[in-house]
Amino acid sequence: MPAPKNTKAVTHPESLKEELPANAPEKHPVNQGLGAEEKVRLYRQMVRIRHFEQRSIRVYQQGKIGGFLHLYVGQEAVAAGTISVLGPDDHVITGYRDHGHALMVGMGMNECMAELTGKLTGCSKGKGGSMHYFAPDKNFWGGHGIVGGQAPLGSGIAYALKYAGKKGCCLCYMGDGAVNQGAVHEAFNLASLWDLPVIFIIENNGYSMGTSQARSSALAGSLAQRAEGYGMAWELVNGHDLYAVRAATADAVRRAHEENKPTVMEIFTYRYFGHSMADPDKTYRQKDEIKEYREKRDPIILWEKQLLQEGVLTKEVAEQINAEAQAEADAAAKFADDSPFPGVETITQDIYWEEDNRGAETSGRGTIVFG
Amino acid sequence: MPVISYREALRAAMREELQRDENVVIMGEEVAQFNGAYKVTEGLLAEFGPKRVVDTPISEAGFIGLGIGASMLGIRPVMELMFWSFSYVAFDQVINNAANIRYMSGGQINVPIVIRGPANGGTNVGATHSHTPENIIANHPGIKVVCPATPYDAKGLMKAAIRDNDPVYVMENTILYNDRGEVPEEDYIVPIGLAEVKRAGTDLTIVAHGRATITALKAAERLASEQNIQAEVVDLRSIRPLDEETILESVRKTNRVLLVEENKPFCGVDAQIAYLIQSKAFDYLDAPIGRVSSIDAPQIYCKKLEDVQIPNPDRVIAAALEVLR
Ligand SMILES: Cc1ncc(C[n+]2csc(CCOP(=O)(O)OP(=O)(O)O)c2C)c(N)n1
Ligand SMILES: [Mg+2]
Repeated sequence: MPAPKNTKAVTHPESLKEELPANAPEKHPVNQGLGAEEKVRLYRQMVRIRHFEQRSIRVYQQGKIGGFLHLYVGQEAVAAGTISVLGPDDHVITGYRDHGHALMVGMGMNECMAELTGKLTGCSKGKGGSMHYFAPDKNFWGGHGIVGGQAPLGSGIAYALKYAGKKGCCLCYMGDGAVNQGAVHEAFNLASLWDLPVIFIIENNGYSMGTSQARSSALAGSLAQRAEGYGMAWELVNGHDLYAVRAATADAVRRAHEENKPTVMEIFTYRYFGHSMADPDKTYRQKDEIKEYREKRDPIILWEKQLLQEGVLTKEVAEQINAEAQAEADAAAKFADDSPFPGVETITQDIYWEEDNRGAETSGRGTIVFG
Repeated sequence: MPVISYREALRAAMREELQRDENVVIMGEEVAQFNGAYKVTEGLLAEFGPKRVVDTPISEAGFIGLGIGASMLGIRPVMELMFWSFSYVAFDQVINNAANIRYMSGGQINVPIVIRGPANGGTNVGATHSHTPENIIANHPGIKVVCPATPYDAKGLMKAAIRDNDPVYVMENTILYNDRGEVPEEDYIVPIGLAEVKRAGTDLTIVAHGRATITALKAAERLASEQNIQAEVVDLRSIRPLDEETILESVRKTNRVLLVEENKPFCGVDAQIAYLIQSKAFDYLDAPIGRVSSIDAPQIYCKKLEDVQIPNPDRVIAAALEVLR
């Protein structure tokens, strides 16, 4: 039997990350232009994501959240760095690990927490759950539960923007496991073939559930390189460094806006908790590895250090920001608790636009049978 | 009234909607330069140009998903599947994304996409190209499914589908593409969810959809001329939403029912219709409900046998006589 490929002992391409752009991302215009206030705001946004997630763990443990809960803790700099460079005509779509993106596009902790507990006041009235947040008014198109299923939609959003003559783009996120889905490759091909302003962002946290990249992906260590097969630009990015994430994203956004060209970005990051709350996280990685990331590469700690060094943040302000975020998350949990469950009559609402908006514009008349 | 083919009727619907709404885009494999695998979209590229009529690579999941994504932002893509059989490689997009996004977003987003193409057997091409997935697809709340049987309905339903704000899947039939019928020149739609009595009768109700309607009408003519039996033929036109009232009204009148479909029988569309009739018109029935479906096997290649596998007038007449016995 031939030896299986890619059985290198690496679980995560650590070495690669060390070599990632040393070309001073803090000097990139998108970072040079950042004022002190904006830098602190980015800190606050990452801290808010972390506190929201940590609070949701407790709500889950209280048995108030059903189903799956995929936490974003450890990956905050990805959502914060990428989304913070967007303009008004730029759009976002992602997979099921969507809380960080949702908070970054401006969704509130209340509606997000209430959605987790299935309440009427949730962002989708309790109909979507953790994996299916949506806020089209904030250019946020989900929250998608099927691995890789959002990739064609991302190309479609970009297609619509180009069709309408908008100078906008779509950030389409996925995990490292998703790049092995056929739909992703069809979306890659269409994006490049049709010059669509879409940026595919592979949030490479090293694992798809309990499967390390080495065990799932050929050419592990450079998933973005698959873009070459489609003639697309690609980039490897250190996801623990907010400046680096912003710099690379700004370049890709410029490419999309100015040239209508897609990009594949692979951002190296790490998740501290199990795949979801249902994952005991015992079989596929070492505790030391998690510890190492938490201590040496935590994106929030690194950013805090950076800002302290730059003199735009003090320890006191940092503590205050953390306290405020925690209080906000506590209040969100209370809001979710106090909110009502949706009524049984809502089960058959929001299925058909035509059914919910009977009137002059509707073209259908039939009986919708739910029996 | 002009007499045109089913194919021309579909094309006219798309052409008029392309003219009416600049957000309508025709997309699919071979729809533009090649003029359509079945020539349904012939001439549209020449008339509307490559922004509105777009050839795609052979990537059903990719381009249908792309259409769904674009439709969330207000584009109205009309996507051609060369065969509905090929929807199976795009099933996640066709169902999970198109049908569920409105619901999962709590009604914030709608997906005004049309997916169209032939969904029929009977063409001697074997099992992989002969699926009739109207039952499978209609099982999913959030989607509408229509199966036009005549040129008039093909045009009216296609126009309604394109104007509809939800995903509407139009299941055509290659064997009907050359059928001709009267189609008015002026703008009209056939509202989605309205069945039609295609032939009035008093002795028996035959419920059918798609090409089975044409088969049922042929059988009904022979029943009348050969046996002096007057069958009423109800054409569903729309599988979901379903026009319950038109079905029930006919059943209350004739008291006997035969269901005819080219769908396979197991969990087929007519299983749902039979349930409807027994639950809402049980007391009106004078005999058990009869049913003619395609014979329950993968679609056979051999043409001689495929013609038996799919309901034909002989099988319909035999089943009708059984219901009337
Ligand atoms: C089509 C499909 N197959 C399997 C799953 C179950 N599943 C959910 S997440 C996941 C792992 C995905 O990992 P990755 O893409 O790396 O994203 P991450 O969870 O690390 O963010 C799997 C197997 C799914 N949701 N969809
Ligand atoms: Mg992963």
